[in-house]
Amino acid sequence: MAPVGPRSGDAIFSSIDRVNAELFMLTYGAIVRQLLTDLEEVEEVNKQLDQMGYNIGIRLIDEFLAKSGVSRCVDFKETAEMIAKVGFKMFLGVTASVSSWEADGTCCSIILEDNPLVDFVELPDTCQGLYYCNVLSGVIRGALEMVSMKTEVTWTRDVLRGDDAYELQVKLLKQVAEEYPYKDDE
Amino acid sequence: MQFFGGSEISPSPPVPTASGNNAHMMYVFNRNGVCLLYKEWNRPLHTLNPQQDHKLMFGLLFSLKSLTAKMDPVNADKGNLGVPQLPGQGCSFHSFRTNTYKLSFMETPSGIKIILVTHPKTGDLRESLKYIYGLYVEYVVKNPIYSPGSPIKSELFNTALDQYVRSIS
Repeated sequence: MAPVGPRSGDAIFSSIDRVNAELFMLTYGAIVRQLLTDLEEVEEVNKQLDQMGYNIGIRLIDEFLAKSGVSRCVDFKETAEMIAKVGFKMFLGVTASVSSWEADGTCCSIILEDNPLVDFVELPDTCQGLYYCNVLSGVIRGALEMVSMKTEVTWTRDVLRGDDAYELQVKLLKQVAEEYPYKDDE
Repeated sequence: MQFFGGSEISPSPPVPTASGNNAHMMYVFNRNGVCLLYKEWNRPLHTLNPQQDHKLMFGLLFSLKSLTAKMDPVNADKGNLGVPQLPGQGCSFHSFRTNTYKLSFMETPSGIKIILVTHPKTGDLRESLKYIYGLYVEYVVKNPIYSPGSPIKSELFNTALDQYVRSIS
């Protein structure tokens, strides 16, 4: 049987079950509101959202690999393209773009024009330090860690804070090679 | 095969050509060498105790991967022998056959290794292993109770897997 090649983000997105976008956005909003009530500190909420994203990311990577059928990317550039074109399309239904590559190829920006998490959201004055979509940075970090890449993901532009688009900076810290896990002669 | 939610598992499973119990055993390891699943259908001969058996299997595959990458006559980019490679990097071997069994192997870039030991006349099981990976994602990864890196205890997964493997020729 001929092997199935990797599928495009559009193809996968149209073949999987989808949920009402408003329900999704309201659920996420409820999570953020609850965190704000429980934790009160905006920095704490940012950290929690990142941690939640991380826990999602470590599972999401297997879903991504199984549904898209991609094999290992050759370099970080290809990885970033995969995340932007296939990953975001598959899970959020939006296409992102990659830009601002550093000379050594370890740092880039992923730009989202459209973000389904934040339709109808406006940050009040009391939450000015909040990164509302911080779960996304955690997801990327968690997913990449499971494919042996330690990264740092931060928001450089955020529409809820007055910028014109959502921009994530993804910086590759190091590639962690697979180590033989057992001690010798045990 | 329909799962709850009606989502289509991709790729769709290969058509089974003969019924019967062809598989001997199966292992699933994660990147840290933890044996997430060991299933046995037909294994008359046990030579080692389970821990040693798992370690031996994992160690074998780890070394085989490194060796096959090093001996690759086509690929220019090779690590030095002994230098650990990233999962999925370099050439990947997918099966070996002896006179009494065939071992089929698949590794994902996230380090999940699926090993299926079957009758030596079995054909190429790469698509089947991909389908099993799909089952793992649906029943194990997406289960919020399951903590990644721990042995799989899901009844649903075991049943679906059992049903599927018995249908592979």
